[in-house]
Amino acid sequence: MTLLKVKNLEKQFGGLKAISDLSFSVPENIIFSIIGPNGAGKTTLFNLLTSIYKPSTGSIFFKDKEITGLPPFKIARLGMSRTFQNLQVFLNMSTIENVMVGCHLRSKAGLLASAIRLPSVIREEKEVRRMAEEALHFCGLSEYKDRPAAGLPYGLLKKLEVARSLASRPKLLLMDEPAAGLNDTETRELCQLIKRICESGITVLLVEHNMTLVMEISQRVLVLNYGRLLAEGPPEQIQKNPDVIAAYLGE
Amino acid sequence: MKRLSGFAIFAAVCLLLPVIFPDNYYVTVVGLTIFVNVTLAVSLNLLMGYAGQISLGHAAFFGLGAYSSAILTIKYGLNPWLAMIFGAALVLCLSYVLSRPILRLKGHYLAMATLGLGIIVHIFFVQADELTGGPDGISGLPTLSLFGVPIDSDIKWYFVLCSYMLLSVLFSLNIADSRAGRALSAVHGSEIAAQMMGIDTAKVKSYIFVFSALMATIAGSLFAHQQDFVSPESFSFFFSIELVTMVVLGGLGSTFGAVMGAFILSILPEVLIVFEDFEVLIFGLILMVIMIFLPEGLFVSLKNRAAIMLSKRESGS
Repeated sequence: MTLLKVKNLEKQFGGLKAISDLSFSVPENIIFSIIGPNGAGKTTLFNLLTSIYKPSTGSIFFKDKEITGLPPFKIARLGMSRTFQNLQVFLNMSTIENVMVGCHLRSKAGLLASAIRLPSVIREEKEVRRMAEEALHFCGLSEYKDRPAAGLPYGLLKKLEVARSLASRPKLLLMDEPAAGLNDTETRELCQLIKRICESGITVLLVEHNMTLVMEISQRVLVLNYGRLLAEGPPEQIQKNPDVIAAYLGE
Repeated sequence: MKRLSGFAIFAAVCLLLPVIFPDNYYVTVVGLTIFVNVTLAVSLNLLMGYAGQISLGHAAFFGLGAYSSAILTIKYGLNPWLAMIFGAALVLCLSYVLSRPILRLKGHYLAMATLGLGIIVHIFFVQADELTGGPDGISGLPTLSLFGVPIDSDIKWYFVLCSYMLLSVLFSLNIADSRAGRALSAVHGSEIAAQMMGIDTAKVKSYIFVFSALMATIAGSLFAHQQDFVSPESFSFFFSIELVTMVVLGGLGSTFGAVMGAFILSILPEVLIVFEDFEVLIFGLILMVIMIFLPEGLFVSLKNRAAIMLSKRESGS
């Protein structure tokens, strides 16, 4: 089944077309990678999918529902989550609190109920803590849970963003360059983590520059160049595609 | 109940002070001002410290509560509690309507907008003299009574204002450690990430703005009855700035930081009176020294240092 469908998407910044006439579909339960040279429009695409930018024209469907122009928090409520290339960790909180924010959609205590601290709030709080610990464990962050997020090294912050997103139990997870800045060991760990995320029933949309990683774990790869779709298919085909080779290496 | 042990000690100290020092000026007179200021600082900290939204107009809501009580009880003969509820309802509507457009602004622009709000309300208090008594204010509010007991002495007011202050501190502590409080901190930390976690950031900001305004309004009503008098100067722009200073001085984002900041800023002028002409000078100097050496605020910095010392001692032994 198709989880995400993009139709004739276009985004213009002044005179620059960052994305032009882009159409593709992402089936459920796979790892779908988006690659392309720097400035190809990959992050712009992510920002369009999550409504941080509004598209100039075109439409986006998620679970057969049009989500074009919905505010980001409503898209999150439908089951889409993302991590950021330039980290957006809540540095004013501890590790576990960051992940507990991820549980926002799975809990419901409001401001007044929280102020009075009703018994139902206390119960829910325990449940949220348990869910957050589960997500931290899944990402191998359990031992850092009470540390202030601001004190964690870069590699762990990247994992923390993943844990926070997973805590919201998304159907689709968008990961923006998760391997950037990681060393080899960390990249191998990340590779395993992404595979486990997919196995747990979450579709992964990956923007990544590390080709070894992309080719190893993706079921499908989409290549963007100057905001246009250059090729799309299984990784073996993409690697042999002459257009792709030309775009990456120059003619 | 480890979570609230700090609060329990704090409450016990506040409630026992007048029993131990029944006739002390600092307890039963200055204490009342301190409680009002602490309540206001704690409410402002919810908005500023937790949600990261600055307000330079918090005194406006405090004033609206005070004037609502004064006008409705004196000119319209309403029961004081009913007047208080009307005042709160008025501020609820007003702050909600204002919150959406104002909180869309960020940083300096938000500061400007809330500053404007504070100034407009203050001008209204001064200029609408048929209603507000103009610069002279209104005096002669009826006595507030609780369960048939008139609150007519400093010591009774001590317990009323102390209870309300403790309630606001408790609410603030509860919120900080809850789903709602985490949503506030998330908005403070990264609005984009908060949205991606499903948080309706505009709603969260608007709700805490209204909640914080309501806390200040009720404090204003109580203040008006306790003072038996309202006048515009208690609710000026300068008082808003003083409230911001209290929150920053104690440490942004910490309930007890706001408590400590409000306490120090309220008691310092009383203590510094002995320096006579140099009072304001020394007051300013103390604030500067604290902020230079403890930039995270007095309470937060001291707490962090204590934590570091404790962990060193543990690893040493």
